[in-house]
Amino acid sequence: MIQLLLWLPVGVGLLCFIAPRRAVPALASIGSLVVLARAIVAVAEFHAGQPGLQQTVDESWIPDLGVRYQLGVDGISIFLVLLTALLWAGATIFSAFRVPDRARVYFFMLGLGETAAVGAFIAQDLLLFVLFFDLMLVPFWFLIGTFGGGNRIAATTKMIVYTLVGSLLMLVAAIATAILASDQIGHLTFSMADLRANTLGTGSQYWIFCFFAAAFLIKMPAVLVHGWLPDAYRAAPLPVLALLSGVLSKVGAYGFLRVALPLFPQATVHFQEVILVIGLGSILYGSVMAFTQTNVRLIAGYSSIAQLGFITIGIFSLRADGADGSVLQMVNHGLVVAGIFLIVALLAERAGSEELDRLGGLAMRAPVLAAIFLIVTLATLAMPGSANFVGEFYILIGVFQAKIVFAFVAAIGVMLAAYYAIRLFQRTMHGRKPDGITSREIGLRDALVVAPLAACIVGLALYPGLILGRSDAAVKDKIAATARAVQPTPSAGRFLDAFVPHSGTKASIAAPYPASNGFGARHVRGQP
Amino acid sequence: MTFNAPHIDYAGISPIMALTAGIVAALMGGVLSGRHQRAVVSALSLTTLAAAAGLCIWQWGAREDLVAGALRLDELGLAGGLIAIFAAAFVIPLSWREPAAERPGEEPRHGEFQALLLSSVLGMVLLAQAQNLMSFFVSLELLSVPLYVLCGSAVRRSESLESGLKYLIVGSLGSATLLYGLAFIYGGSGSTDFTGIRDAVGSGLTDDPLVLIGIALAATGLAFKISIAPFHQWTPDVYQGAPTPVTAFMAVATKAAAFCVFVRFFEVALGPAVDNWQPALAVLAAVSIAVGNIGALGQSSLKRLLGYSGVAQAGYMLIGLVAASETGVNALVFYLAAYALMNLAAFAVIVVRERESGYGDDIQAIAGLGRDRPALAWPLTISMLALAGLPATAGFMGKLFLIEAAVDADYTWLGVAIAIGTMISLAYYLRVVAAVWMRPAAEPLPPEGTGVPAMAGGSPEADGLLAASGETVTAPKGTRCIVILASAAIAAGATIFFGILPSPLVDWASNAGQALAPFLS
Repeated sequence: MIQLLLWLPVGVGLLCFIAPRRAVPALASIGSLVVLARAIVAVAEFHAGQPGLQQTVDESWIPDLGVRYQLGVDGISIFLVLLTALLWAGATIFSAFRVPDRARVYFFMLGLGETAAVGAFIAQDLLLFVLFFDLMLVPFWFLIGTFGGGNRIAATTKMIVYTLVGSLLMLVAAIATAILASDQIGHLTFSMADLRANTLGTGSQYWIFCFFAAAFLIKMPAVLVHGWLPDAYRAAPLPVLALLSGVLSKVGAYGFLRVALPLFPQATVHFQEVILVIGLGSILYGSVMAFTQTNVRLIAGYSSIAQLGFITIGIFSLRADGADGSVLQMVNHGLVVAGIFLIVALLAERAGSEELDRLGGLAMRAPVLAAIFLIVTLATLAMPGSANFVGEFYILIGVFQAKIVFAFVAAIGVMLAAYYAIRLFQRTMHGRKPDGITSREIGLRDALVVAPLAACIVGLALYPGLILGRSDAAVKDKIAATARAVQPTPSAGRFLDAFVPHSGTKASIAAPYPASNGFGARHVRGQP
Repeated sequence: MTFNAPHIDYAGISPIMALTAGIVAALMGGVLSGRHQRAVVSALSLTTLAAAAGLCIWQWGAREDLVAGALRLDELGLAGGLIAIFAAAFVIPLSWREPAAERPGEEPRHGEFQALLLSSVLGMVLLAQAQNLMSFFVSLELLSVPLYVLCGSAVRRSESLESGLKYLIVGSLGSATLLYGLAFIYGGSGSTDFTGIRDAVGSGLTDDPLVLIGIALAATGLAFKISIAPFHQWTPDVYQGAPTPVTAFMAVATKAAAFCVFVRFFEVALGPAVDNWQPALAVLAAVSIAVGNIGALGQSSLKRLLGYSGVAQAGYMLIGLVAASETGVNALVFYLAAYALMNLAAFAVIVVRERESGYGDDIQAIAGLGRDRPALAWPLTISMLALAGLPATAGFMGKLFLIEAAVDADYTWLGVAIAIGTMISLAYYLRVVAAVWMRPAAEPLPPEGTGVPAMAGGSPEADGLLAASGETVTAPKGTRCIVILASAAIAAGATIFFGILPSPLVDWASNAGQALAPFLS
């Protein structure tokens, strides 16, 4: 039952209120591990090669509004669910070793957050998706505002106001979508499958797409709407930050694939270049900011903006290669950035500071910690051989096919990533050790959390086909929706010539990607 | 000459009769002295309210005219009445230790307090069912006059007296405006009956100047009552000054009853002129959302904050009326019920903290509650998150239905206005939640209420005696009010419940829309 995945976290969170105070961290940790186990089972039960939904649940929920309780996973969401469960287990256990004051509220909010995040990934009803998307804010607002440091209340309120600006507009847009579509369908429904089969006219699609895009871009965040990021990243507790950056930012990118592309294909094509420009802006701005910052959190935070820029342009290449790469990169980035933030927490415990100026030489007596950090760093800069390399490579292939100019600019971002990632590693682990810093090896308990993350990074590097092989069918399905929306025009350039004008059958839609199929297939067999 | 006694449908008016009997009983209970009064009077009032609620539920589903067409028995009226009854029953335990009803060294006044409360409820039940200009206005006054008194009932606090006077003056102005408008409508249409007006207006009077002036004035008068901006200026002051249980009752129940009659009057009687009032009310709704939300931003008094938030929420709810559709009425009734739950939970917490902390209703009073008093912190948190419209609460569902109604009626921009208003509102709702969870508790102050301030209609001699006796009158302190905590928990729990499983409440609300369906496009 996929519902267990959804409701167990918040259930365990509620149990924390009645459990004895000392048992709360253990209870929460065990709960998160059970969820992780269930997520692994869900991946194991997943049948590769099918574009449609699996493990579905479909119940009536609010019949008057046509809102249904529809859940399900496809190749895109299944690994994001796994990522969510994995990172949440990591963050929960990591926190359980450093029990915060008022542990019950803390672990309850963590559980509620996991429910909301999983819910956003598996909801197949548009309104349910919006609901979970908004619900995620509440626990994170509490977690940052109550347990954070610095100017936490202002920072967290800024974050929630920013993100809700998008989410509430998205709510209006979702309702408008259903109401406008009900003319064709004959009854009010929010089911994404029904809405997809009855897309709106282009005029409505344009403004509705803008509302959705605003919500997703703010959530990521993309450049121009990233104003909440520095404050929130400075204030958040690090395990929470690992989740915020590792999982929540992905919901925005996932939303584009799940909602924007299939439901508003014409608008997606119409706004493709706008979003590509924003994505490029994110890459360049995030990279440049990342190597000018001295706060370790902000380096990782701005690098997230850049990475999500890559994911965005991959999706908006509207090519199967690019979008495949984006899905892989979402998982990669989640693993990497969570690893960085947990390691930063360890560094901060050793150095008492998160400023690069006051860090250094930590590798001296901590070879294992340094090795783990190196793995994570190399993955961040997309070293060939890492799964991030595969992901970025695919994304760039996709963008090269679609808009070659954008691809050239994006490639600069890859180089910049090398600079800021290496700088982060060198300035913290190598160099002269300032006074008052103790270089200690990673403790066994922390290693239990961080090492599996590093192992996952290495594992994905060896076998990215694990994800690509399962996501490919679903991604092609989403991309095909936009391909159908395009009528080749002379001005659209030679890359559009590959498209077959709308002809209806699945085979002819899949046909335009001979090159990508060949590429995908080679990697799927596990030889990166 | 034969005399035909008019047919009286006793079943239909049974809730009204029960309430009337209860008023008398509660007032009689007030003669009891000292300790017993509270228990006896409260038992009488709560029994009355339970009986009235039971009779309303018994009559649920009936659709007929009562009292020669002066009242209309249908689900819309019963829904408004039920919300008012629920709010009154909720508020009675809150009033138990209020200085308005009981002060050490003075005779308790539970009898008067609760009889007035019940009279107001009676006015609301009637108002929600009114379908004649006469019964409309009379029941509106029956609702208002006891509230004027209740607002000023904490006679030792000058704020309360000021609030009562302010409400009296502004409320009377509103009533007068409304009455003027009703007169114009009668002048234009020649009928006092809602259906009669509908027929008259429908047969070519939609652009009649008399009727249009009447519509404008009537809308203004009603806007005063439900505090729609720009007719809301009294709201924060009166909310702040009135005894908190009265504020809670006023905020919730008045809105419910007045909105029901607003809907019935505009969509039944003035339905044919919908094109004339719809845009105007849409603008009012938008203005109210903006003014209420912006006004609430800088407030440090929780009651003022909830007053301004009430202005904004009234703006949201008005959208259900603007939609002029069955969906709109459903959304409005759903939101009224949700609004009652959310607000009552918040006010219950404020009542407790007012007595404990010494900060009155200042936001300091609730600082640090999350650590010290989780049983108070959670209901307040849930209430604020629900008012802000965050998911998994009834507030989210309510906004969802309202947005749907707005979009459905081609008022998408009002849906966007709800969204924008909600964003602004987060700033102040979250400030409250932040104070609860993220700030340290404020230093306790000695509770207010020491000494003997002036009193309206009091006797200087008695005050002098009391002061001379050297006895300082202190407000009851630090009592862990189990009943209030339980009520707050119930309201907050229901807010969450209807946020996750809204269907029961939706079905309930949709009956109200069906009742009006014949009059709606």
